[in-house]
Amino acid sequence: MKQYLVLAVKNLRKRGLRSWLTLLGICIGIAAVVSLISLGDALKDTVNSQFNIASVEVISVQAGGITGFGPPGSGVSKHLTKQDSDAIERLSSVEFAIPRNLKTVSVEYNDKVEFVMVSSVPNDDKIDDMYTLLDIGVSSGRLMERGEKNLIMIGDSLADGEKNSFERDIGVGNKLKLNGEEFRIVGVLEKKGSFIIDGTILINSEGLKEISDIGDNVDLIVVRAKDKDSIDDAKRDIEDLLRERRDVKIGEEDFEVSTPEAQLESINEILTGIQVFIVIIASISIFIGAVGIANTMTTSVIERRKEIGIMKAIGARNKNIFYQFFVEAGLLGLIGGLIGAALGIGIGYLGTTGLNIFLGTSTKPNINFILIISSLLGSFIVGSISGVVPAMNAAKQNPVEAIRG
Amino acid sequence: MGELISLKNVWKIYREGEENAVFALRDISLIIKKGEFVAIMGPSGSGKSTAMNLIGSLDVPSKGDIFLDGHNISHLSESDLAQIRGKKIGFIFQQFNLIPNLTARENVMLPMIFQGSDEFEREKRAGELLKLVELEDRVDHLPSELSGGQQQRVAIARALANDPEVILADEPTGNLDTKTGEKVMDFLNKLHNQGKTIIIVTHDPNLAIENASTTYWLKDGKIDKITKKKGKNKIVGNEK
Repeated sequence: MKQYLVLAVKNLRKRGLRSWLTLLGICIGIAAVVSLISLGDALKDTVNSQFNIASVEVISVQAGGITGFGPPGSGVSKHLTKQDSDAIERLSSVEFAIPRNLKTVSVEYNDKVEFVMVSSVPNDDKIDDMYTLLDIGVSSGRLMERGEKNLIMIGDSLADGEKNSFERDIGVGNKLKLNGEEFRIVGVLEKKGSFIIDGTILINSEGLKEISDIGDNVDLIVVRAKDKDSIDDAKRDIEDLLRERRDVKIGEEDFEVSTPEAQLESINEILTGIQVFIVIIASISIFIGAVGIANTMTTSVIERRKEIGIMKAIGARNKNIFYQFFVEAGLLGLIGGLIGAALGIGIGYLGTTGLNIFLGTSTKPNINFILIISSLLGSFIVGSISGVVPAMNAAKQNPVEAIRG
Repeated sequence: MGELISLKNVWKIYREGEENAVFALRDISLIIKKGEFVAIMGPSGSGKSTAMNLIGSLDVPSKGDIFLDGHNISHLSESDLAQIRGKKIGFIFQQFNLIPNLTARENVMLPMIFQGSDEFEREKRAGELLKLVELEDRVDHLPSELSGGQQQRVAIARALANDPEVILADEPTGNLDTKTGEKVMDFLNKLHNQGKTIIIVTHDPNLAIENASTTYWLKDGKIDKITKKKGKNKIVGNEK
């Protein structure tokens, strides 16, 4: 076996550029698979953290169903209300329900204006529940308390002069003008890796009412089920309740009750779809690579006819010649796979770093060694299978004719 | 001396049964004894290359039988033939036919790989053989880095790798100038003196007459005459 490998390496090196070109197909295919699988998992992690899907007991309720990319509650004719939230909270399967508002306001600081989505924190005892539910803490200053209508907390990337559009770091004690009214910053939120939290301003719900036209409307009700097991019961109870309150039939709901699991599922479905698509492309590339190897090996058999004849004259049996070409083809595949896997890991790292810089997250690429080893094995197998027919051709050369060249 | 190779009523017909069939060998019979130095002579088209292929078990006859060391090899499979010629016959070609991307040592080791000897043994023997042909300082050179005469000496070393009983040389001096050709023939004579059976195939009568104890003259696929040498260049036999 060792001699076959040594000979194969020598032969491949002799063919230089042609060998490299031959392994390109396999290389690209494997690179695509490895990078996308490793990036794909990182992508999932990123998306999940972006939507801050951490606590699985949380159910969110919003009117109008999912309307697109706008913030929850936008573009809805029949809004949810505080009374809906209170009614939900009275359900036996529900621990508590927090009405929230999300509003885009103009924020002025350092003579510059940026539009920021602010979200409300309750102006009552629920404030602590909300902090717990969204896992909110501060990196500097303190958390707002109930009744602090003129204070705000800002997200981590908003505080950073490099990332915000005020061209200046903002911190505790600074004052921002929201829709023209002045608010003092009391705390900077811990970095979450999610643009929803990191780029937001948290404001007292009464304070938000004063600078906007939300009135009694509620954009979003976040509900915590009694426990994990009752999450489906809670979802059904809320749907029954809202159908009754809003007077709609089953199947005609003008509201959406969604659990994080369902959100996760739909996001993951899309990502899986993308991965499947890329795996198909990669498979095509690997197939083309295999055809390339078969082609090169066939040419090589013709070119090395004389060599085959000599080897046979000095005692090589058909199987010796077969193995020689077979191993060479497999090696072509394996080297292609190795370079591809290295490339794929590189792309995985670069892509993840890019995502992290772009989104301010801190995910790591998912380097799956089983995946890498199986793709290397796979590329060796693809290579050797492509080499079977050329190797058989080589083996059955007649020594007398072959030696004439 | 015992028989080593014998051809009995051997025919080789290419494209047999077709209109343009070629009768390369017609009813050839000959016996080569152990330790003989035999030449097969003839102009091109005489069938001497075909005869070499059959004697060297590179090919099987269309009709007739070939015995090597008492075994009939006329109907063996290609793999069995390969195994036998790898062990019993060492080839030397006009174009040297070294594997171009292997060094001198690796070329000499190659026949031993096919016989399955272990790596240490191979390296050791290859070194010894290259020393024998006075190329111990060229072991790691590629064929392209060697002169024609040196390449042919590597080929001789390769032919000796599995310590075969027969050295079969096809125009061994054909691509060499007179002086290097003589040196190659010296090596073959030395091997003959050590007891090896040497068969050379050539169109050069001088080469045959000077070296071989028996010369078979082929013409149109038949043995035209057989000359034997006893003592110094004396032709004692001449038969049809």
